[in-house]
Amino acid sequence: MAESIPADAMHAHDDHHHTEQSIWSKYVFSTDHKMIAMQYMFTGMAMALIGGFMAYAFRMQLAFPGIDVPGYGTVTASDYNALVTNHGTIMIFWVAMPVLIAAFGNYLIPLMVGCDDMVFPRLNRLSYQIFLLSAIVLIASFFVPGGGFGGAWTAYPPLSAKSQYSLTALGSSFWLVAVALEFTAFLLGGINFVTTAMNARAPGMKIFDIPIVVWMIVVASILFMSSVGPLIAGAVMLFMDQNVGTAFFDPDKGGDPILWQHLFWFFGHPEVYVVLLPAMGITAEIMCVFARKKMFAYKTFLYTTFATGILSFTVWAHHQFVAGIDPRMANIFTVTTLLISIPIAEMCFIYIATLYGGSIRLTTPMLWALAFVAEFLIGGVTGIFLGASGADIYFHDTYFVLAHFHYTFFPIAIIGTFAGFTYWFPKMFGKMMNDTLGKIHFWGTIIPFNFIFIPLFVLGAAGQHRRIYNYEHFPELAGVEMQDMRVLATVSMLVMLVFQLVFFYNCFISWKKKQKDAGKNPWKANTLEWTTDSPPPHGNWPELPTVYRGPYEYSVPGREEDYFPQNVPD
Amino acid sequence: MIDQYVVALSTYANDIDNLILLIGVLVGFWLILCELVFFYFIIRFRAKDGRRAEYITGEEKSHKRWISYPHMLVLVCDVFIVFFAIKVWYDVKQQLPEPYETVRIVGQQWAWSFVHPGADHELGTADDIKTVDELHIEVGKVYHFKLESRDVLHSFSVPVFRLKQDAVPGRVITGWFEANGTGTHDIQCAEICGIGHALMPAQIFIESPERHAAWVAEQSPVTLASANQP
Repeated sequence: MAESIPADAMHAHDDHHHTEQSIWSKYVFSTDHKMIAMQYMFTGMAMALIGGFMAYAFRMQLAFPGIDVPGYGTVTASDYNALVTNHGTIMIFWVAMPVLIAAFGNYLIPLMVGCDDMVFPRLNRLSYQIFLLSAIVLIASFFVPGGGFGGAWTAYPPLSAKSQYSLTALGSSFWLVAVALEFTAFLLGGINFVTTAMNARAPGMKIFDIPIVVWMIVVASILFMSSVGPLIAGAVMLFMDQNVGTAFFDPDKGGDPILWQHLFWFFGHPEVYVVLLPAMGITAEIMCVFARKKMFAYKTFLYTTFATGILSFTVWAHHQFVAGIDPRMANIFTVTTLLISIPIAEMCFIYIATLYGGSIRLTTPMLWALAFVAEFLIGGVTGIFLGASGADIYFHDTYFVLAHFHYTFFPIAIIGTFAGFTYWFPKMFGKMMNDTLGKIHFWGTIIPFNFIFIPLFVLGAAGQHRRIYNYEHFPELAGVEMQDMRVLATVSMLVMLVFQLVFFYNCFISWKKKQKDAGKNPWKANTLEWTTDSPPPHGNWPELPTVYRGPYEYSVPGREEDYFPQNVPD
Repeated sequence: MIDQYVVALSTYANDIDNLILLIGVLVGFWLILCELVFFYFIIRFRAKDGRRAEYITGEEKSHKRWISYPHMLVLVCDVFIVFFAIKVWYDVKQQLPEPYETVRIVGQQWAWSFVHPGADHELGTADDIKTVDELHIEVGKVYHFKLESRDVLHSFSVPVFRLKQDAVPGRVITGWFEANGTGTHDIQCAEICGIGHALMPAQIFIESPERHAAWVAEQSPVTLASANQP
């Protein structure tokens, strides 16, 4: 199986020896996995800026109600709802997904398993094109009459289904179409990732020689593809409820609004793991390289991932404990939800065990990877409060929930991305990033991050509920102490946003050749992507590598160097 | 833990607070332990000249027990949490004690309306008292509520009771509470319900028996329609 290279990829390989490509076919209609990865990466980062700007606008409104937000203007109630809705939607579907799965998956899978491109390069290009279209539709939803959709990223009907309730007839439909298109794009991408990792590996690469990050992206793709079906069906049903007059979710005509919640969360909970797993994989790669350690219990980590994946399909109704489902169901979902803490805890133990006995170098990527573990632990343990049905009665729909999932999603989507980006930047662009600027950016992001969300845990414990643009109507929430905490969170967010400029400046000067050339393997890592030029040429290697061992043979006793690349014969 | 921020005024509020405290202690222990070991390793195993990293596969039993024993302890903690979570859940949501009175609660964009049973303690009779954004109850009595919605999802949330329940159009959801202290507190709508979501506050008036009787007496259904409409 490892030797076979599909005909399509062979054909693509022939193309590599053609002469110079035009700018058009190199940057826009490329089928090269590395270019498509960059397209996903930069589209995702651009969307992150939009999502971050939205957070800036509504956090300013919360801290200083009614002010004229610089760069935005006054945030009205309907603006506020549209901003929080689309902030959530964008950060999950248009930032975490494209960057962690599509960008890193496209870039890393062929380079790490040792083949010249994805097995379906044209499908890959189509995937990005549909994704780009979906992003345009989503942004367009803000400029249609009535404005953007404001029914929360979960889009519960009847609010999302009937325009007389949401007052955004076109906005809700545009939002829904954008989400459905985005899912289609990732279905195409997912098929590609799984097929490439399973069928196009370099000669000699056995199933347990695959780097963890590739495994994680494969498992994430399988989870995504198996869970998204019900939600796409749900999206079609909701679209018809909005525009055709069907009544799948309309109780007046015999439909049931709670059906949507099941369809949504049956996808929505595995989705958490879809974005979590690639970030965990990136972290594992980086920790092994900079601790110069073999990964602790590689196989256990892998089996734990499979267990997490399977369990993730059985926990969805913990989002609906108080939603009006039969109360007896909560008992079952409490058990499954608490069970899923076990494989995740085990993965965290493995990270910690991997550090034991290492020779740790605190480079910028390593700092990000360590921060991922340290912060994600907080996000993980606070989830227990919400999975335990009795405690969730109080915490449901408060800022405690919000702080909890930002402590998971921020490490995933932001810390994980910066870890991967700073680690593979030398491979992607052939230049080292400036380490001092990298560390300034790191601390300037991590410290304010905690000062944003710890106050929100406290606000949640004090009973502050979500998606309220102004708390002045709630005497118990309008006090000075609570307002001070909102201001603290907002100011911390402003500080964090300012420090992102350091990152872009660092990328820019590093890319403009102010930094030294990276060479093939600046980090002295084992995996195959470090055996080719930086940046890798079209086709990746002049001749495909052969693999002799697993990816984490660091500090092998009896060997002079402390790394042992996968393609070096014994 | 929670009553530091929000007073506990229902018979089950303390149970929920104690459950949260139990979880806080257990997960707090694991969080602190993990973070301490993690940071200790980072400091202890910083790269030094002349020292190589150890080669540990982690596949042998003697290595694996360092993760499998903690993992079993986590399982034990989980069993504890599940047991107490379900116990509290059962008391709050599944096991409804016999009611003294039943009130009807209707959510709509963007107000709560309440139907109190009035002097005869029976809903659906002529002396029912209808109010908007004001729920009046008597301390120390078990109330059932029949929760409905006229349009979209809402969520009836009373933080001082630690109670939350979504209102779903097309369904009538029954729940209960018993207040054990008097006062006036917020009722929130905790589920986004459109652009007026922030304009849906209501108040719960938990009254002593005498005050409640006086309130019932002064609310004749005839005067109410005009008096309480905002």
